[in-house]
Amino acid sequence: MKKTALSLSVLAALALGTASAQTTIKIATISPLSGGQSNLGTQIRNGAQLAVNEYAPQFKKLGFNLQLVPYDDQADPATGTAAARKIAADNQILAVVGTLNSGVAIPASAALAPSNLVMISPANTANQVTDRGLANMNRIVARDDSQGPAGANFIMDNLKAKKVYVLNDKTAYGEGLAAEVEKALKAKGVTISGSEGTEEKSDFSSIVAKIKLTRPDAIYFGGIYNQIGVFIKQLRGAGITTPVVGGDGLDSSELPTIVGKAGANNIYYTTVAAPLEALPAAKTFAASFQKTFNNPAQGFGAFGYDAATVTLKGLLEAIRANGNKAPTRKMVQDTIRKGTYKGLLSGEVSFNSVGDRKAATLYVMNIKDGKAVLETSLPVKPPKN
Amino acid sequence: MELSVLLPFIVNVIVGGLILGFVYAIIALGYTMVYGVLQLINFAHSEVFITGAVVGFEIFRILQDSPMNGYLKLLLALMSAMVVSGLLNVLIERLAYRPLRGAPRLVPLITAIGVSLILQDVLRFLEGLQGRFDLTYTLPAGFGNKFCAAEGSSCAPLGNFLRSVGVDVQLKDVILVVVALVSLTVLNYVVNRTRLGKAIRAVSQDRVTAGLMGIDSNRMISATFLIGGALGGVSGVLFGIKFGTVNAYSGFDPGIIAFTAAVLGGIGSIPGAVLGGLLLGVIQNLIGVMNIFGDLLGIDNLGTIDASYSKIGPFIVLVLILIFKPTGLLGKSNVEKV
Amino acid sequence: MTVANPAKPAVRPPTVQPDRTFWLMLFFIVSSVLLLVSHSPEMLRNLGPLGDVLRNKVIEALVVSLFLANVLFAYLWKAANWAKLIVGLGSLLFVLPLAGQTDTSLLDLSIQIMIFAALALGLNIVVGLAGLLDLGYVAFFAVGAYTWGIFASPRFGEVLRYYGENPGSTGAGTLAIGLVLTAVTAGSMVYIKGLQARVAPTRLSDRSFLLAGIGLLAGIILVARSIVVLSSGSAEALANGISPGFFWLFLALSIMAAAVVGLLIGLPVLKLKGDYLAIITLGLGEVIRVLANNLDLYTAGSQGITPVGSASVPWFNSLAGTLGFRPDQYNLLFLYMLVLVMIAVVLLVNVRLDQSRIGRAWIAIRDDEIAAQAMGVPLMQTKLIAFATGASFAGVMGMIFAAKQTFISPESFNLLQSILVLSMVVLGGMGSFSGVILGAAVVTLLNLRILPGLGEASANVSWIPQEVNPANYNRFIFGSILVAMMLLRPEGLLPNKRRTRELHHGEDQEDESEDGNAGGLKAGGDVYSAGLATIKEDDRPGGSR
Repeated sequence: MKKTALSLSVLAALALGTASAQTTIKIATISPLSGGQSNLGTQIRNGAQLAVNEYAPQFKKLGFNLQLVPYDDQADPATGTAAARKIAADNQILAVVGTLNSGVAIPASAALAPSNLVMISPANTANQVTDRGLANMNRIVARDDSQGPAGANFIMDNLKAKKVYVLNDKTAYGEGLAAEVEKALKAKGVTISGSEGTEEKSDFSSIVAKIKLTRPDAIYFGGIYNQIGVFIKQLRGAGITTPVVGGDGLDSSELPTIVGKAGANNIYYTTVAAPLEALPAAKTFAASFQKTFNNPAQGFGAFGYDAATVTLKGLLEAIRANGNKAPTRKMVQDTIRKGTYKGLLSGEVSFNSVGDRKAATLYVMNIKDGKAVLETSLPVKPPKN
Repeated sequence: MELSVLLPFIVNVIVGGLILGFVYAIIALGYTMVYGVLQLINFAHSEVFITGAVVGFEIFRILQDSPMNGYLKLLLALMSAMVVSGLLNVLIERLAYRPLRGAPRLVPLITAIGVSLILQDVLRFLEGLQGRFDLTYTLPAGFGNKFCAAEGSSCAPLGNFLRSVGVDVQLKDVILVVVALVSLTVLNYVVNRTRLGKAIRAVSQDRVTAGLMGIDSNRMISATFLIGGALGGVSGVLFGIKFGTVNAYSGFDPGIIAFTAAVLGGIGSIPGAVLGGLLLGVIQNLIGVMNIFGDLLGIDNLGTIDASYSKIGPFIVLVLILIFKPTGLLGKSNVEKV
Repeated sequence: MTVANPAKPAVRPPTVQPDRTFWLMLFFIVSSVLLLVSHSPEMLRNLGPLGDVLRNKVIEALVVSLFLANVLFAYLWKAANWAKLIVGLGSLLFVLPLAGQTDTSLLDLSIQIMIFAALALGLNIVVGLAGLLDLGYVAFFAVGAYTWGIFASPRFGEVLRYYGENPGSTGAGTLAIGLVLTAVTAGSMVYIKGLQARVAPTRLSDRSFLLAGIGLLAGIILVARSIVVLSSGSAEALANGISPGFFWLFLALSIMAAAVVGLLIGLPVLKLKGDYLAIITLGLGEVIRVLANNLDLYTAGSQGITPVGSASVPWFNSLAGTLGFRPDQYNLLFLYMLVLVMIAVVLLVNVRLDQSRIGRAWIAIRDDEIAAQAMGVPLMQTKLIAFATGASFAGVMGMIFAAKQTFISPESFNLLQSILVLSMVVLGGMGSFSGVILGAAVVTLLNLRILPGLGEASANVSWIPQEVNPANYNRFIFGSILVAMMLLRPEGLLPNKRRTRELHHGEDQEDESEDGNAGGLKAGGDVYSAGLATIKEDDRPGGSR
């Protein structure tokens, strides 16, 4: 008994120091922070952190203490769901930015849905993520079935390819994207000279040999830059200069480094994030990211930043609508779904009835001598409105 | 498809598999040697190996602007990786395995898995301090060029001949194979021709009797871990040179395949590990191109087997071989003592 | 060494435990109150500074752990039976669901703990009792999850539609052929088995048995295929999967499916020993995952299957409703109760098996395969039963996992999960049922509660740079725990008594074992290796020497 009383009083003493007058509002991120995908998940976390740092003064003025709580999903659906349920139980958390993998996003958003906790995805392109029609699930990236056909159109119209080799990384992201590309290409009568997935991260010699044998005009690879980079390096090493096209997983300054100066040509990717030189905000973002985290910003960092910015703008709007008092989760969820947000790294964001981004410009970037330059831009629209 | 196109293709696939196989073979040696003396699957070896790759990366990075000869840089990278990985392996044995000698076999196995997890995060942390995750090798100029491609160079005829039969390799591939063969020769000499090797073999055959013969088995076990770790370091640098990019977690997959190679060849057997590694490299590549053969022969089901299955190819081959030869290809069939 | 003095077992004074009924009840009440208060936002608000302390995520994680420790103490401590009953049932059936009302993550956590506990119990049979090292155990979990996932989701409709469009030459005739083939081959297998029981098996009878087996498999495939094709007309009706009423049937089916896969994997590989078995099971586990990732028609590949249905139990829902649960919590609460029942069943089966003939046979095989065989234990059969039993536990939990997640994809079934389950078994204590359950609880708590709690608590502390946030290095922490446990307490947290004696036998016996040591082996000089020279040679379950 004595012990309990003693420890209780110690706890109370500890607590006195932490008591604060301001109301705390938190937003959470769910992304892999440990394990093999931690570099991507950390980018999302850091991007969101940067947005929170920028917006904290505005919240302070309204009397709120804004904080970011990062959760690690270990790229594992069960861990992600557990994190989501924990988040749902924390009443101070009003919005979630996440996740990296759609395998985590799908069950996690379902676990958040009953408590009307809004989730904005910076990375999930799988169609199923929003096809379920959850009120709380939104995303700022283009769906597979809008990004895929755009990539396919680029291959046909700009690269004039008649024969395409389609690869994917056997993850929900890469395979979903590649499948949409293949469907669009087939519909337009382009020959698919090969289509396969590979989990291999290092040795692509058998695929390179097959590409050499079938001589496609272009290669589409749905996947993440650190796998595709190694692939392109081996492809170029074998003397194949065929253009390689990919999705927003290729958006990384690391890609040219991995491929190497000599081979970093003729690589294209589609993304909703504006090229650095096109937007002054993007330059500021890249600089402050580098300064804050001692690490260059990649695509996922920019998406994390954008997703968090949308969240925070929506939060501010909901606070104002609620007479400068903390809004309920339901209000935040509805405000974000209805609002229009300008001035992001990826342009203007507004969501349709299921949480897909209404219309966006998809930029096609071209890596030339190690630098990503704008090749062309295409408008994309989600299938629903 | 005509033969003139198909033949170079097949040769290319097999040569690519063999080069990969040499990397597997040297990793597999690290597993098989440790297994030979301790009967322990050293799960941490995949991280010992990737530590070598990280050390190699650091050496090439530090020396990238120095005018030093490329081969000298390579030698330096190999040496440092061997020392670091070797010592790391000895340290692991001292701290994590030696206190468990005599415990049931699962106990050190779990420790090995634990050490492997620890090392992954330590490596990520160390490189993360400098803001790096994916480590891309900066190779000396010329390593990425085609082997004997320059017209007029003395080996151009050889290069032309190789290319005409489909062997299209880069200089770094040749370096890889040469380094691998040299390490194998040195290892073979050490194990079979020196007193140290004799002692190690004695310990791995029967530790107690070896002890009675005056062999300090603990020292021999340490020596084995040192040699195994050094081989791990070599394979790490070779892996880095060949594929260019590694990270703290990328040792796991090749580690598993290399261990499979060691089992396939007969665990504990050094030639077995090499044979297993080469075989698995080739098999992995052949499975990856199965669909081409399927299309050619008009077999639909074969046509669906492509690179997405190449990861499990080694395991299926392993099952098939172990069913017919339960001790692996070159493993000795042990008579059980009752 | 273990047989050094069979006639004179070491006499140990019986340790008398003090009665702790009072402490148990006190602990139960205090931790329950703490749990309920820390998960009730209103109470926290009224508590002021104390509320802030309880809101701290590390404290919260500790409170949850302390609360779960109740059940452990009820099991371990000597106390009146009524107190144990109150504490055990009260915390699991009353306090936890009550706290779960405001924080569903507690229910999720408990379900996850019990799923892993059942997996660990299953693996414990294979590894702990029968001594067969299985590194691909999660494959059976996947089989169970996909068995339910495919049928209780829109996938089933897709599969039917596909076969409706591509019937091939399958039709009613195929069904008839398949049925005949199945019946004939099954009959002949039974006949050959009966024959072999009377007459010594010959090579011919073995071969024909194998042939009949292959025929049976082909027959079953034909039957299944034709049934699917014939029922493809109802693809539209089944667009959202089969009726939830089939849940209970599939509970049995998922057990069977996993057990059958266990047998199929076990048959070719169980002849192998020790580490060969380990690497091959690891490989086959990966094979199952890669198949799930590649067989797009059935498993939707990497895209995963969603939404997976769950049982609909109206009376339970109305009961939960009257108890004040929200409709979205019904299913989670139902699964929590179901998983409680399942774990009780699994535990019961385990205890019964352990005390049965087959349990003793497993331990005999683990300790010395050859001696066991000499005593008349049928090796293959006994090992296969171990494999299939272990697999079936994983199968049923896989199904519950699929229903809980409403989404399954191959990512959930990778090698790391197998290693996780194995470490639960070893951490808790191989061969000890309470131990492996504790191991599962500790690892899951650490993974889902304590480490994330640490991460949250340190996320906004300015002097902790995010690069070294401990929550991001869970592999490091986890690995360190594994290594430390193995070095300091290799028998596990709650060891099996027999196992402890094996590991520490040098301590209770006359210390003659020191003499048996060879040369430099003593250099480490640690307590566990006292008699190591001899054990090393003898104690190799399934060893190859």
